[in-house]
Amino acid sequence: MDVLGLLIPVSLFLGAVGLVAFWWMLRRGQFDDPDGDAHRILRDDYDDHPKS
Amino acid sequence: MTATFEHIRPSACPACNVAPAAEHLAELPKEAALMLSLPGIHCAGCISGVERALLAVPGVTEARVNLTLRRAAVQGSADLTAETLTDALTRAGYEAHELDAGVLATTTADRQGRDLLMRLAVAFFAMMNVMLLSVAVWSGADGVTRDMMHWISAAIAIPAVIFSGRPFYVSAWGALRAWRLNMDVPITLAIVLAVGTSLYETIHSGEHAYFDAAIALCTFLLAGRYLDHRTRASARSAAQELAALEVPRAIRIIGAVEEVVAVADLRVGDVVRVKPGGRIPVDGRVLSGQSEIDRSLMTGESLPAFAGAGTQVSAGEVNLTGPLTITVTAAGQDTALHRIADLVAVAEAGRGNYTSLADQAAKLYAPGVHILSVVAAVGWWLYTQDLRIALNIAAAVLIITCPCALGLAVPAVTTAASGRLFRKGLLIKNGTALERLAEVDTVVFDKTGTLTNGAPKPLAPEYLTGDAARVALALAQGSAHPLSSSLAQALSARGTRPAHVKDLAEVPGYGVQGMWQGRHVRLGRAAWVGADATGDTASFLSLGDGAPIAIPFADSLRVGAADLVATLQAQGKRVILISGDTSAAVTRFAQEIGITEVTAEALPQDKAALVADLAAHGAKVLMVGDGLNDTAALAAAHVSISPASALDAARSASDMVLMGKSLAPIADAMRTATSARARIRENFTIATVYNVLAVPLAVAGLCSPLIAALAMSSSSITVGLNALRLR
Repeated sequence: MDVLGLLIPVSLFLGAVGLVAFWWMLRRGQFDDPDGDAHRILRDDYDDHPKS
Repeated sequence: MTATFEHIRPSACPACNVAPAAEHLAELPKEAALMLSLPGIHCAGCISGVERALLAVPGVTEARVNLTLRRAAVQGSADLTAETLTDALTRAGYEAHELDAGVLATTTADRQGRDLLMRLAVAFFAMMNVMLLSVAVWSGADGVTRDMMHWISAAIAIPAVIFSGRPFYVSAWGALRAWRLNMDVPITLAIVLAVGTSLYETIHSGEHAYFDAAIALCTFLLAGRYLDHRTRASARSAAQELAALEVPRAIRIIGAVEEVVAVADLRVGDVVRVKPGGRIPVDGRVLSGQSEIDRSLMTGESLPAFAGAGTQVSAGEVNLTGPLTITVTAAGQDTALHRIADLVAVAEAGRGNYTSLADQAAKLYAPGVHILSVVAAVGWWLYTQDLRIALNIAAAVLIITCPCALGLAVPAVTTAASGRLFRKGLLIKNGTALERLAEVDTVVFDKTGTLTNGAPKPLAPEYLTGDAARVALALAQGSAHPLSSSLAQALSARGTRPAHVKDLAEVPGYGVQGMWQGRHVRLGRAAWVGADATGDTASFLSLGDGAPIAIPFADSLRVGAADLVATLQAQGKRVILISGDTSAAVTRFAQEIGITEVTAEALPQDKAALVADLAAHGAKVLMVGDGLNDTAALAAAHVSISPASALDAARSASDMVLMGKSLAPIADAMRTATSARARIRENFTIATVYNVLAVPLAVAGLCSPLIAALAMSSSSITVGLNALRLR
């Protein structure tokens, strides 16, 4: 069971990484327009000339 | 018909409004940011199409569509107006309305939403970790291992509970200070008791610790709270979208000088000028000028009335053709417009307090839970004389009866329902509007602008042929009068080419005249053209010789209106038509659409009185209307809907707003509302059944943390899934 001493901190750390990533995404406004982003990826407007 | 008050773009500072020179300076370097509402967009093609159409407008530097909110944000040069943009979009085939960007900017509601989401994320993270650690305990860890698991759980759960549960503690404290009980009091008590006894047990190497339950409680409740907040926030932003930012201004004439002043500053005896297309800001008498005025939003009359020197006009009417100067006879508080606003305030106060289903449930729930857990604790204390066991039982009862499912029951359904209706083009401004809509048994419609488009169309344009049609088109194109533009549109659509008419001139208040092949030709009011007036809306054409030709007009039915009325009648609902228009027009229209209960020539107070009277006889009234004369009735009704084309006052008085042109979403909304209410009731039943099954276990002291976790999660998940079944 000694391995728990290592595994528990590791799992907590990984969880915390996920939490910080979520916080970052929230701050960057990545949840502002979920529908629009889902559709935007499919359009080809800027395929030849990337939007500057 | 949108409001056309003279309004001034909000400037950088409030003081600038007073100092025009400073305003000019402040605006020079500023870029305009405009916000548009796009009710019709739904796909990737729409995003590209709208952005391309907007970027093609000169002066636009950036345009970005938000598909989720159905809005577009546009950056551009300072002289860019929302009208140019909406026109460009209309030409490209997208319906668009202006929104006020200043009011919509990130508000406190947005920050609150983010704050809740962050707390939810922390609680969820902590719950997952604590649950994993608890699995070890549930599967039989004991001795030192169990203590270690408990201690680590405590280290994660206690800070997480303190942080993420804050909204509940604040609300519970507020309620307790006012000597009330709300949903948050038992929640706070359950969390504090669960964490407290668990900590005590952990210190004494006890068997049961409820850290997982405490944090799971927080998570599920925060999820409910977040959904609820989202519905409220979108309702609030809908209300903001509709809030009129228009600062009503008037042009005051002193001697030979014209100046723009706020309507509030006008005094009786002042002289104001009203341009064609402008809304009359005050009650008054026409001093000079001739024109026609549109009273439809004030009275529901579809026929424009003549206005010349001496005519009485009221605030809110629209001047159609010529400039008018008006002597103010009443301003501010005393105008007809303001009297209607007063009626609205009275009607709103009389609407009474509607108790939502959630409040009804909370009223039963909060005291019940406290009594139950106190009885259980006292019982066990008397039986065992052991305070530790008694407190453990009390904590278990509070956790098991946790209102997780209750907290999710309403928000989950409302979120699903308002999302569905938003996609169909219906904005819900009020949280309880859906519940109220489900109870409706009587529907009262306004006519002009609600069941009809409010824009008259020529009845039989094919009746005009040859030269008559070509001359009529040439004359009609020379005027901006609504009848002329609609006639011009109808004739052009049939491929008529305008005749060559010279010396085209509009005679405000009468019509248009010109010279065609050496003859005087006229298009306009009956008396002016030399014809006998009829009761119907009509324009007359004189070709210089022979009798004038009458061109009758009628208001066209709004899309989906006939179907809606038929559907409502098929459902056995009482349908009533009430209008301020003339008896003849209303009766003919009612026969056409199939409504038998009709009231014509109704004043605004008559409409409100009819609604109040129906309500007094126990009917739940849905009022659908768009004019100023409907506002009081809209506010008095059990629930109310207005189309997007309605006046701001009408839209802000109603609970829901139709974003598109069609009336069809109303039938959908009623169906969705009924099934939403059924789902909410089912959810309450599910939550109660879980409680009834688990509470005896908790009271008997048989409830282990595992059972608590299972009951809590499964009831919340069932309730959430049931909400998603909404059709």
